[in-house]
Amino acid sequence: MTTLPSSLLLDWKRIFKWGSICAAALLFVSLVGMPIKLDPKSIISPLLSLGYVSLLWLPLIFGYVASSRVVLEGVETRKPGLPDLLTGVLTGTIGGAGLTLLMLGIENFDIRDPLINWSPQLLEVLAFGARDLNSAVWIGIGGALGLVGAGLHLIPENLRRGASYGFFTVLALAIFEPALDDMSEGFRLEWLVELIFEKRGGLKLWPAIILALLIGLISVVTKGKAKNAVAQYREQEKSQKKKTSVVLFGIVAALGIVLPIFMGTYVNSLLANVGIFLLLALGLNIVVGLAGILDLGYVAFFAVGAYTTAVLTSELSPFFAPGMTWVLSLVFVIILAALTGLFIGAPVIRMRGDYLAIVTLGFGEIIRLLFLSDFLKPYFGGAQGILGVPGIDLGVVYISGTDTRGIFYLVLFFCAIAVYVSWRLQASRLGRSWMAIREDEQVAEAMGINTVNSKLMAFVVGAVLASFAGAIMAARVGSVFPNSFMILISIVILVVVIVGGMGSIPGVFVGAFVLIGVLGGPKQPGLLQEFGSLKLLVYGMLLVYMMLQKPEGLVPSARRTQELHQEEFLQDAWLKGTDDEDEEQTVAGEEAQI
Amino acid sequence: MSHLLEIQNLQVTFGGLDALSGLNFHVDEGEIVSVIGPNGAGKTTFFNTITGLVEPTGGDILFQGDSVLGLEPNEVTSLGIARTFQNVRLFPNMTILENVMVAQHCRTSQNVFGALFQTKAFKKEEQEIRQRAEEILGFFGSRLVGYRLDQAAFMLSYANRRRLEIARAMATQPRLMLLDEPVAGMNPSETAELTELIGRLRSEWGFTIVIIEHDMAVVKNVSDRVVVLDHGVPIASGSYEEVSTDPDVIEAYLGRPVESHS
Repeated sequence: MTTLPSSLLLDWKRIFKWGSICAAALLFVSLVGMPIKLDPKSIISPLLSLGYVSLLWLPLIFGYVASSRVVLEGVETRKPGLPDLLTGVLTGTIGGAGLTLLMLGIENFDIRDPLINWSPQLLEVLAFGARDLNSAVWIGIGGALGLVGAGLHLIPENLRRGASYGFFTVLALAIFEPALDDMSEGFRLEWLVELIFEKRGGLKLWPAIILALLIGLISVVTKGKAKNAVAQYREQEKSQKKKTSVVLFGIVAALGIVLPIFMGTYVNSLLANVGIFLLLALGLNIVVGLAGILDLGYVAFFAVGAYTTAVLTSELSPFFAPGMTWVLSLVFVIILAALTGLFIGAPVIRMRGDYLAIVTLGFGEIIRLLFLSDFLKPYFGGAQGILGVPGIDLGVVYISGTDTRGIFYLVLFFCAIAVYVSWRLQASRLGRSWMAIREDEQVAEAMGINTVNSKLMAFVVGAVLASFAGAIMAARVGSVFPNSFMILISIVILVVVIVGGMGSIPGVFVGAFVLIGVLGGPKQPGLLQEFGSLKLLVYGMLLVYMMLQKPEGLVPSARRTQELHQEEFLQDAWLKGTDDEDEEQTVAGEEAQI
Repeated sequence: MSHLLEIQNLQVTFGGLDALSGLNFHVDEGEIVSVIGPNGAGKTTFFNTITGLVEPTGGDILFQGDSVLGLEPNEVTSLGIARTFQNVRLFPNMTILENVMVAQHCRTSQNVFGALFQTKAFKKEEQEIRQRAEEILGFFGSRLVGYRLDQAAFMLSYANRRRLEIARAMATQPRLMLLDEPVAGMNPSETAELTELIGRLRSEWGFTIVIIEHDMAVVKNVSDRVVVLDHGVPIASGSYEEVSTDPDVIEAYLGRPVESHS
């Protein structure tokens, strides 16, 4: 073993690199307007708001990254020490200096024309509300945060984990505040919420500290037992795993059924939103995740479902208004969605990859523009859409559009159908043929699979699931407009699938909750409604981050993980001794061949 | 008796280059025929044309007396022609069992409704597909069964990938099997074993087999008949002994001057 030379000399190049990236990130975040827009969302009242968090975490993270040491296998890693701390401080300082310059710039120049956030308002936020704060204070703040970030390397791992758990608990509590507030009424726990949260929003200082300490302590004591449990679950035998999965699924299902009873309008409507996107994402997951068809016009089927329901059930439908019940109209929704699937699928099915994506993108827009057009205005009402879509009469109960709990249960039911469909199809003749097509279309065809039929079926199944979401949406909103079916919806659904984990049903659930529930859908506010238009930026950043760091998604399917980490898997198998080493001289034979 | 596969004056042209020019060829039921020839002789094109991946510019291909021209590859497969690929092309992220199960696609018929409502017929068919897959994999000894069944195909060693490809071709329940260099990259003991296996494919499973192969030991051991291709035309045909002494063949392989190449 050799030891890397440890010297007190600082790696200036590295410091400047990370420092300037940090400064650039801070400037970007400020000028995009995050501190201003997110300031109303209080985390610890009145000390810390989400706006400040959006700035403060940057020097900390960059300090941490800049001072992390190179870890090489077989080489003893240098102990972290003073130089690392200094690296962190300097990186943070450079970052902070960026903000100082920004403040000076805002004071002395006015370039508000291209940069709307180059404003006194930003200056006020950056000056912590004080009028005559010396802008140099940010240099100090940056340095201090960089020090903290670098310091994370120095403290024992346990403590580090405790600290991060504590921090994320507070953050999560603050994010979920509106939901908790809403739920507390159902559980008669208002007193608890009052104890923790300030009336105006945000946690109270002392409860926040106590909770952070408590969770931090618990995480230190349990020492990552949760992680072990997950690992254990992964290692289980197939039959055992199946049992555990069933139990887990049962718990989630039971919670899904029981919890809404205790939840108020706010959470239920939030969940109904999440559910509609979840349903769409589950459908797209079949098309993209299983069959490998990158459909960027998925919103078309959503629109067809919504419009079919609207035309058939609404009395105000301009041309043809049979005034059916919602349930009866569902039959026609299925038929029409399937036909649309065939109609759109047939011409694009012979294309592959990027070409297919572009053409489906076009079809998605075409459908929306058709509904918007003057040509079809007599039938679908053009831009005015169709109003007066009634609620859902199920015979036993009547679910009106404003009955969020009823809508949520309905969405839940259809999500269950979607999960069932994906689960059953995956282990069927059709599902296998989809997978084969995704892997190698030409070989699949040579192995006797009618790829055209199989791919069309994928389109049809996906279309029907999306149309369910459309039908529910029409009844929920009570009207349909062409502009509810923008291309953005297709993209958001795809992002949900990718971030969650392509081909993984639990992944799609997590993706939908994180993206739609927390950040919000294209037009639906999530828990963090302050994000507003910024959420698209966050979506993009999240997507880039995922592609670089975790391309298999948040909750990946085993298959997809394998696919993306083939080499590691082979290495693991080799270490475990379960790899496929052929008879003696295989390797020699292979090398000779090469 | 008509031939199982008969190829009449087959022509394939790629942008002015004749990959195959006027090929006549036939295989009878129960034969093992080897197709050999130097690199670029058109052997793989020949297979691709039979299986419908390449459209011929002229000539005809008759399988069991009917023309297969203009059929999609999957239709050709369902008629009873299966193939393997020279550069192993498995479905790498599907399990070994799935690889073989999926190849029974054209012999099975259950659709979405069977799968969604778990009908009796669906369950029965799934059971049969699985059983047949395991039976086929069992043909290769213990290498592809047991815990391997649920392993992804990419985890297999090179030789086992080749075996799995043959298993996959078997699962389409063909009458005629086209093996494209089945032993390429295998060591001598594996080659010997696979050679024996090819013989058993005929005796136990009743497949008629056409093999493209460079390994002359294999060609010598398995084939009833050898056809030599060069520049898209057959230059010799007959038993291994006849062909191996044919001056044209020796010239095609070695060239006239002493220009050694592999």
